[in-house]
Amino acid sequence: MSTALAQTAPQFTLPGVDGSDHSLDDYRDAPALVLVQSCNHCPYVQAWEGRLNAVARDYADRGVRVVAISSNDVSSHPEDSFEEMQRRARSQGFVFDYLYDETQEVAHALGAERTPEVFVYDGDRRLAYHGLVDDNRDETAVSAHYLRDALDAVLAGETPAVADTAPVGCTVKWRS
Amino acid sequence: MKIELLYWEGCPSHPEALALLEDVLAERGIDAEVELRNVETDEEAQALRFPGSPTIRIDGRDVDAAGAGSRPALNCRIYHLPDGRVSPIPSREQLEEALS
Repeated sequence: MSTALAQTAPQFTLPGVDGSDHSLDDYRDAPALVLVQSCNHCPYVQAWEGRLNAVARDYADRGVRVVAISSNDVSSHPEDSFEEMQRRARSQGFVFDYLYDETQEVAHALGAERTPEVFVYDGDRRLAYHGLVDDNRDETAVSAHYLRDALDAVLAGETPAVADTAPVGCTVKWRS
Repeated sequence: MKIELLYWEGCPSHPEALALLEDVLAERGIDAEVELRNVETDEEAQALRFPGSPTIRIDGRDVDAAGAGSRPALNCRIYHLPDGRVSPIPSREQLEEALS
């Protein structure tokens, strides 16, 4: 894995679209935690977010928590404002937490570069998988389910066979 | 026929869009060069009315009229496929229609 990536989950307390603040510690009981660098405006995010929602739903009964985090600069990308995040979460029926990282500290701490970019942490919050949700933005052409495979491995106490893939998507919109 | 593909390096979709465009051109036997234009600044995006990467124009007309008027920005552009799914590149059908 890239040495620029955080090897343990970074601490955070961020506002969620549900109106509550969410901290890393809030997910302490989850045997696996999925953090996803995300946003509203990116077509790659929009292409994959339904699958992310499905993962959150399918693994919920095994305690897995999925948390999307948007860190984009809203002055250059107003579509990614907190209010727009709330609208998108409602319109798309997100079942995962969607948090706003206004200071971009979490994105920096993760070492994130793209949206979407997935980080899977095991029960000790060590990074177990990083990269893509799966191998094709076109869901009809997917052949490798990296995120699901990584979660299955972590839940089984094993190391994912594929632990790192290169994320494909929009760049994180850093503040200038 | 003038064919332009405007792109922004920050978005990874333009090689895939160019490959699809060249495939459609070859399929139709159209021997025209695709002019590539790298849009690098917000000012350029404004001046070129660039609604995101990639943007393909045939004789000045955007292949996706619905998205052509979006706010100019250094962004990945959103396209909507005929089945409603979102894509970072236009559909083959959009390109074929624009070239017909």
